[in-house]
Amino acid sequence: MWKTVLRRVLLMIPQLFILSIIVFALGQAMPGDPFTGLITPQTKPEAIEALREKAGLNNPIPVQYKDWMVRILRDGNFGQSYTYKMPVSTLVGNRVANTLWLSLLTVILIYLIAIPLGINAGRYQDSAFDKGVVIYNFISYAIPSFILGLIFLLVFGYKLHWFPTGGSVDLGFKKGTFDYAMNKLYHMILPAITGAVLGTTGTIQYLRNEVIDAKTQDYVKTARSKGVPTDKVYSHHIFRNSFLPIAAFLGFTITGLLSGSVFIETIFSYPGMGELFISSINSRDYAVMNTLVLLYGFLTLLGSLLSDIIMTIVDPRIRIE
Amino acid sequence: MSFLEVNDLKVHFPVRGGFFNTIQDYVYAVDGVSFKIDEGKTYGLIGESGSGKTTIGKAIVGLEKPTAGEILYYGQLVNKKRLRKKLGYNKEVQMIFQDVLSSLDPRKRIRDIIAEPIRNHEKLTKEEEMKRILTLLDIVGMPSDALFKYPHEFSGGQRQRIGVARAVALNPKLIVADEPVSALDLSVQAQILNFLKKIQKDFNLSYIFISHDLGVVKHMCDYIYIMHRGRFVEAGTREDIYNNPQHIYTKRLIAAIPEVDAENREEARIKRIKVEQEYSEKESIFYDENGKVFDLVPISDTHYVAIKNKEDLGYVENSIA
Amino acid sequence: MENEKILEIKDLHTGFRFEDKYFDAVDGVSFSLYKNELLAIVGESGCGKSTIANSIVGLHDKNHTRVSGEIIYDDENVVNYSEEQFNKIRGKDIGFIFQDPLASLNPLHRVGEQIKEALIYHTDLTKEQRHERMLYLLGRVGIVNPERTARQFPHELSGGMRQRVLIAMALSCKPNIVIADEPTTALDVTIQAQILDLLSELQNEIHAGIILITHDLGVVAQMADRVAVMYAGQFVEVAEAKELFRNPLHPYTRSLLHSIPQSDAVGAELNVIQGMVPSLKNLSRDGCRFAPRIPWIPDSEHEKNPILHQISRDHFVRCTCWENFHFENEGGC
Repeated sequence: MWKTVLRRVLLMIPQLFILSIIVFALGQAMPGDPFTGLITPQTKPEAIEALREKAGLNNPIPVQYKDWMVRILRDGNFGQSYTYKMPVSTLVGNRVANTLWLSLLTVILIYLIAIPLGINAGRYQDSAFDKGVVIYNFISYAIPSFILGLIFLLVFGYKLHWFPTGGSVDLGFKKGTFDYAMNKLYHMILPAITGAVLGTTGTIQYLRNEVIDAKTQDYVKTARSKGVPTDKVYSHHIFRNSFLPIAAFLGFTITGLLSGSVFIETIFSYPGMGELFISSINSRDYAVMNTLVLLYGFLTLLGSLLSDIIMTIVDPRIRIE
Repeated sequence: MSFLEVNDLKVHFPVRGGFFNTIQDYVYAVDGVSFKIDEGKTYGLIGESGSGKTTIGKAIVGLEKPTAGEILYYGQLVNKKRLRKKLGYNKEVQMIFQDVLSSLDPRKRIRDIIAEPIRNHEKLTKEEEMKRILTLLDIVGMPSDALFKYPHEFSGGQRQRIGVARAVALNPKLIVADEPVSALDLSVQAQILNFLKKIQKDFNLSYIFISHDLGVVKHMCDYIYIMHRGRFVEAGTREDIYNNPQHIYTKRLIAAIPEVDAENREEARIKRIKVEQEYSEKESIFYDENGKVFDLVPISDTHYVAIKNKEDLGYVENSIA
Repeated sequence: MENEKILEIKDLHTGFRFEDKYFDAVDGVSFSLYKNELLAIVGESGCGKSTIANSIVGLHDKNHTRVSGEIIYDDENVVNYSEEQFNKIRGKDIGFIFQDPLASLNPLHRVGEQIKEALIYHTDLTKEQRHERMLYLLGRVGIVNPERTARQFPHELSGGMRQRVLIAMALSCKPNIVIADEPTTALDVTIQAQILDLLSELQNEIHAGIILITHDLGVVAQMADRVAVMYAGQFVEVAEAKELFRNPLHPYTRSLLHSIPQSDAVGAELNVIQGMVPSLKNLSRDGCRFAPRIPWIPDSEHEKNPILHQISRDHFVRCTCWENFHFENEGGC
């Protein structure tokens, strides 16, 4: 199996290479450049031109691409953010930590809500509980994330003042202290709940259907025919099989932790990767934007590989060959 | 006279693996079989699951690409799609399947299902086509109101009739029937078997009858091939095979059939144990050191046995005759 | 103790719900099972034979099924047992073997664990003793390397091996009754023969009564002590096996036997039973249920409310239409 994993990792290189070309080309195709936003009626065109020349933006496109790639591969230098005036790697590094913590909290909340709801809805199909879960699912599926985010923000942030309305940590806390960590957590709660409510839909639906489906399987009948108590039939035979599709997505979920949610981070002005991505597009911050797209591409490929590896661990029938 | 000739047919499936996903080994599904098909005759292919019998059938109708060997139709090669088209081969050789339901498009009405081969191969007006379909339904003993129903509205036996109607729509010379009655109840099975015999007489059809049910094959077939490990172990007329089986595998297969005879069950059991014992003792006479079946050797005008030395047959007890 | 009765079923009705009505798939079945005996229930798909099996141990979906009548095991009527009550006898007193050995094993658990499961709930054995017993059972059902097989997953075994594992599982607590629902239908003939021989051998060892449910008359002829032929939810003929094949009486039994491609009449036309098995909803529940399939027999030959008549000591036939029955092409006699 490890040979196959290594092969898949090596195969990522050409895939990422092609992705980098597409990303670069699309970035070039966008109107405007990082300096467009700086132009005011008083700006001298020559000054802008000098800036462009200095940044290498006047070179032919293939040359620009080559310079970009060489910097990345030789120096690990992903470039300089024009808007934040710092190296992209440092900038992204700061944001990754924020996003990672927020996403982790979101995922934990998703599983805490979805697993009991999905499993019990499936087990007690057609009961009042099940019907309630189905209605919850309809609603959470139908609400767009920005609407729910805005409602939560308005109600719990601005009206009730239970939670902060933006940022990742308040000023005046010393990094590394317990209070600092608690304050960070406090900032994460509202966005995490929003993300969790929206994220549960798929997991609940999958689990519910899988449990209902597994109940009718022959091996469940076999287990019952052995006299296995009902609770054990569920915990031993039905649930484990029902988790297979969830496990299949686990790889993507793990890598998804790093990429963050564009909508939620933007609405709660939470300084994470998603928020950075949007602002870099708006300000034509090519270096940041390209790096992020490449990173997302890499994470997607990694997610699919992780998912396959997880599947071989949980399902003995599946082998990567 | 024979119109179809199969010479040294081989179908090998590659097994891939290793770092570069290269071909590591082959599954020798069919490994060198030859036979001829005469007009108006029925040929039985018997074997256990995985013996390669279905693969032969698929190779004949062109659903599986032979690795080596030739299939000659009136002396002309039909290994390639282009050649089959030129000779109108696909029209003359049809297949019916065990699992009819999955071979019938669930969204199509019976009318369109039966008309499909006609539309592919002939140009008929709407009226002519309808007339033909009604005749076909009549031949298979289905009422005309079946025309506008969907496959799921019929019972297993009726579906198999629809499958047959579709197969005979173009007046073929040969029908490859892959386990056509295995999924059916006894009384329905009898219906289909009678009916296959009747249309054989009416249309001078030939059948290749693939089955694991020796009783059915015995009832239907003029000439029988016993398959094991992708090769023929014995070939002969119905009488040769059932009254004078020579290969240990054939004997074992026949001894294993539960006869509808309650009086002599103890004798049957004793014989079964004896044959089983003989099978393990005499293996080296009938299989080479790699477990491969030897080439067929004639022991009479019609009867062939796969054995290394014909003389060895003398050592084998003929307890069944 | 040869004829010790271990199970008695009286007037069993099992109905399935469609919309708001119940339709009986098993419609008034009564029989007894004795120690050491193999009773075969034979019939075509949809006749209700598997439903009987599920009803005995309460394996049906309780929300859509209604069971009534008496199922007497160990002096108790178990028909309305709760799931908890059934769990005490399932696997311990009554073992079950199913048709599709691959689907019947949990794909995610090792074979050994699945066999040990019944022992956890029905015995006081320690963990080590359970492991020992599991290995013994695997060896007993003819698995050459029990230690290795125990660690394997179901998909790694052949069809015959899987069925052996299921048998080991069903017999793990030495049940008094074994219900085998089409245990060899999914297997090749040579494997079928081995599995059936194994089943007989094990029966001689634990003296269980076996209910064998099958559609294969050949298997019945080789295995059964007694046979019940089932049509449309009812037994139409019950007899000692040799008697049944020597002297089949009910028109349905005779028609079935005539439909088998037989060695002595090679190539001849096979008997076809006219019409179709009625669906549960369209089944007419008055009069002889087989009458529509033998329309050339006059109504006067049938009983108005057919019952099982005792013909001889071990032979029962439903309705009176068998007395003057002849096949359509035979003409009257």
